[in-house]
Amino acid sequence: MYQYDEQDHKLIRERVAQFRGQTERYLAGELSEEQFLPLRLQNGLYIQRLAPMLRIAVPYGLLNSTQVRRLAHITRKYDKGYAHFTTRQNVQLNWPNLEDVPDILAELAEVEMHAVQTSGNCIRNTTTDQFAGVARDELVDPRPYCELIRQWSTFHPEFAFLPRKFKIAVCGAAEDRAAIRAHDIGVQIVQNRQGETGFQVFVGGGLGRTPIIGVAIRDFLPEVHLLSYLEAIVRVYNQLGRRDNKFKARIKILVKALGAEEFARRVEAEWEQIKDGADELPPEAIEWSKRFFPQPAYKSVNGGHAEAVLRDQAGSDKAFSRWLERNTFPHRIPGYQAVTLSTKPTGIPPGDVTDRQLEAIAYLADEFSFGEVRVTHEQNVVLADVEQERLYELWQAARKHGFATPNIGTLTDMICCPGGDYCSLANAKSIPVAEAIQRKFDDLDYLYDLGDLHLNISGCMNACGHHHIGHIGILGVDKKGEEFYQIQLGGSANEKASLGTVLGPSFSRDQMPDTIGKILDVFVENRQPEELFIDTYNRIGLQPFKERVYAKAS
Amino acid sequence: MPKPAKKPVGAQPENPARLIVDGAVVANQWNLLSLDEEAEISAASLAPGKVILPLSVWLELRNELQARRGEIGVWLDSDETADLIGDYAGELPLIAAHFPLFTDGRAFTAGRLLRSRYGFTGELRAVGSFMRDQLTYLKRCGFNAFAYQGEQGLEGLLDSLQDFTDSYQSAVDQPLPIYRRRSLAG
Ligand code: HEM
Ligand code: SF4
Repeated sequence: MYQYDEQDHKLIRERVAQFRGQTERYLAGELSEEQFLPLRLQNGLYIQRLAPMLRIAVPYGLLNSTQVRRLAHITRKYDKGYAHFTTRQNVQLNWPNLEDVPDILAELAEVEMHAVQTSGNCIRNTTTDQFAGVARDELVDPRPYCELIRQWSTFHPEFAFLPRKFKIAVCGAAEDRAAIRAHDIGVQIVQNRQGETGFQVFVGGGLGRTPIIGVAIRDFLPEVHLLSYLEAIVRVYNQLGRRDNKFKARIKILVKALGAEEFARRVEAEWEQIKDGADELPPEAIEWSKRFFPQPAYKSVNGGHAEAVLRDQAGSDKAFSRWLERNTFPHRIPGYQAVTLSTKPTGIPPGDVTDRQLEAIAYLADEFSFGEVRVTHEQNVVLADVEQERLYELWQAARKHGFATPNIGTLTDMICCPGGDYCSLANAKSIPVAEAIQRKFDDLDYLYDLGDLHLNISGCMNACGHHHIGHIGILGVDKKGEEFYQIQLGGSANEKASLGTVLGPSFSRDQMPDTIGKILDVFVENRQPEELFIDTYNRIGLQPFKERVYAKAS
Repeated sequence: MPKPAKKPVGAQPENPARLIVDGAVVANQWNLLSLDEEAEISAASLAPGKVILPLSVWLELRNELQARRGEIGVWLDSDETADLIGDYAGELPLIAAHFPLFTDGRAFTAGRLLRSRYGFTGELRAVGSFMRDQLTYLKRCGFNAFAYQGEQGLEGLLDSLQDFTDSYQSAVDQPLPIYRRRSLAG
């Protein structure tokens, strides 16, 4: 994990002081609402339906147990005792007082945390694979690059007032678990024929009201050029991106307007001028960043034995075996496994955790996973380095704290935005829809039989809940002041990313669970053995689903 | 670079009596001519003294004004990119960059490129609606002069130039990103 040195501490302290001054000026009437807006957004502070909302940065989703404990303390002292993990791998508080925010930021700074650039028209928190460093399908650990991108983008003087928000994600594995094609820039780590590390660079992805899958503008960028290339992209965007219409201001619109080829040509021309400059990443800089992500002190374990013990335990305990099946992930080190703590038992808003649960997470991390925690973009929490021998013990502890719902990757592990319960932009509530679907599909055997299935819900077209890239996406819409829900099918977020297609007219909230049931029936009836929902959908298309869902009752 | 689609609405830059230059409050010596006056401007009609011309006017009159080179500056609107001045930047004593809205961040790039790519060493002046809270960013992009509009106690703003005393990435004021300073030092 990256560790602050004196310079990081100083920068963050200076930021807290700056924001304290800004808040005081605002409260004293010296800064207008309009002037304060971008300043507070760049410090993570929204003004929402019920209260301000504070978004705390978790760089590439990585936390240590001390930080998690501090979050618990902050939710208790300044909020209502819970926090929310987001699809951006950040943490949100829903009820802080505006006046307290400088103090919250000061408390965060003490544990090397902040809320810098978690919102506003600037480069946001860089995100990555929650299994970075441990996944077997990983080519290169993305975290050292993420950290270098974090440093490059933090307080970037040229890019603090871009036309619109700007999100970068990095993936170092064969399977894209970071949804890089749904980001303004997606960086895929690759190797060329000579075995050199480099990057495939995607631009212009994004969700919101104009969802677009990013396109590759470069297939191999040598690693020495990562930052200069990013700088070239953002510089072209800062100069040419539209500023007259906020809905057309994202880089995806510029890429589309110019055409990917022309956009790439301009980026290359800009990059030619800076590629050999100060932003080069010499090998020693990369080595330096890698030092912050050392391999933890793994025990040398007889992998065969550990697996056998595990099989025995699973064999004699069905519940454990279910959890093992769904909530753990293979590890590249023999004798270890990664564990996902589910924040999605039925009836809890996805991603919500209480202060006590945060403390439990910190404890579990210390006890089982070298004190380290990761936030996933599916709003869960990962303990990446758990000894197989201790999985049973961890499972029992996780159960006690409500984290062992064995539903990871299934229908009920849904991504869901705060929706109308908290968000002033919402067209409809989303949390009650999630809950109603969870209640209807509570039979684990059925869920497992359906296999991996991503259901994503957003309360409006801003798409915070990633509905476009869910296999099943649900979008809250407003019809003459009433809440309705549109269904989309066929989205996906991985290396074969695609956008969902609208099924047809929308449904009332009451109709939603049954309608999802009909969609699942069509899937089950049409699937080939072991086929996943998305594959069946791609094979049979929208029509059979449409016919069933909109069939007139006879 | 071609012109971006459209520029957002915002006021034309004005001529405040005082401004901040190189960390001190000084009297404004320059008269910025706004685009509203563009139609009437010609080399002959230009009043004596230090003037800042809109880019389009300056591009047209540049040759005729060679004799007055030391007292002719130019200002860029936010949809005008630095490459439109290009290497001429080296000849100019002053370039101003306009913020029609403080949220329009294009002039940050213009400033940085004028300094680091086009060899501009004169006064780089922010004009328009930028904020105090942007001073350190502006400074890092090479701006050394800040012409605020409206009533402001300029002396009270000077502190904001020091909001950040260090930085992560390279910019005009800091040639090396922090990873180079750290990894190569240690
Ligand atoms: C409750 C306060 C929130 C507000 C006011 C808000 C606002 C917005 C807006 C306006 C957009 C559209 C931006 C655009 O397309 O340019 C957006 C997109 C997004 N937001 Fe939120 N959001 C909120 C909460 C969240 C939460 C809790 C999450 C995560 C769970 C989230 C994650 C996202 C994501 C992933 C996108 C899509 C980004 C893209 O277009 O690529 N937001 N949000
Ligand atoms: S998708 Fe809409 S309703 Fe949901 S959090 Fe985003 S802005 Fe709010």
